[in-house]
Amino acid sequence: MKNPLDTLWGTVISGLVLTAVLYYLARSLVGA
Amino acid sequence: MSADFIQMGLGRWLHIMAGVMWIGLLYYFNFVQVDALKAAAADSPPTGGGITKHVAPRALFYFRWAALVTVLAGLMIMGSRAGQVLTFKPPYVGIGIGAWLGILMFINVWGVIWPNQKKILGIVPASDDEKARARRTAFLASRTNTMLSIPMLFFMSTSYTFHRPLFGL
Repeated sequence: MKNPLDTLWGTVISGLVLTAVLYYLARSLVGA
Repeated sequence: MSADFIQMGLGRWLHIMAGVMWIGLLYYFNFVQVDALKAAAADSPPTGGGITKHVAPRALFYFRWAALVTVLAGLMIMGSRAGQVLTFKPPYVGIGIGAWLGILMFINVWGVIWPNQKKILGIVPASDDEKARARRTAFLASRTNTMLSIPMLFFMSTSYTFHRPLFGL
């Protein structure tokens, strides 16, 4: 499998996915 | 001039200015310079020498020192609340995640990107094999920081008192 960080689009999409994962983690930590 | 004004007012200004320089140069490397050097290497004869010799070292100088100032100013803003922020105690969950992402990126700059860039730029001696490995490592570390900057900026910009409720944080 190709490393997504080798392309700019792969990097940006990985960053957006990570943002969503961390956002829901933060929401669960604040008890929302 | 009160201590609060220096810590929260001037500290925040410095944090944002240094952060713009750090992340701006990170985006310059990733969105502009990597592809520009690839295109320059494909020219006949190659035309990227000027970028490598004159632009990259200057950009890296401001990049790594701006990273340090950003983190120090961030710690200054946190002040006595650093313990609560860095252990994700409400209402500092969002800013805690942003702060840790920034700290990871800072470690990446000084611990991975800069030592490898020194080999690539010939500041420290390295064989061609070592330079090729350093180029790949520095590239992936820089791309990792670009990826981490997206959630880092999300949590930094949504953790202000007014914005936090908008995102349910």
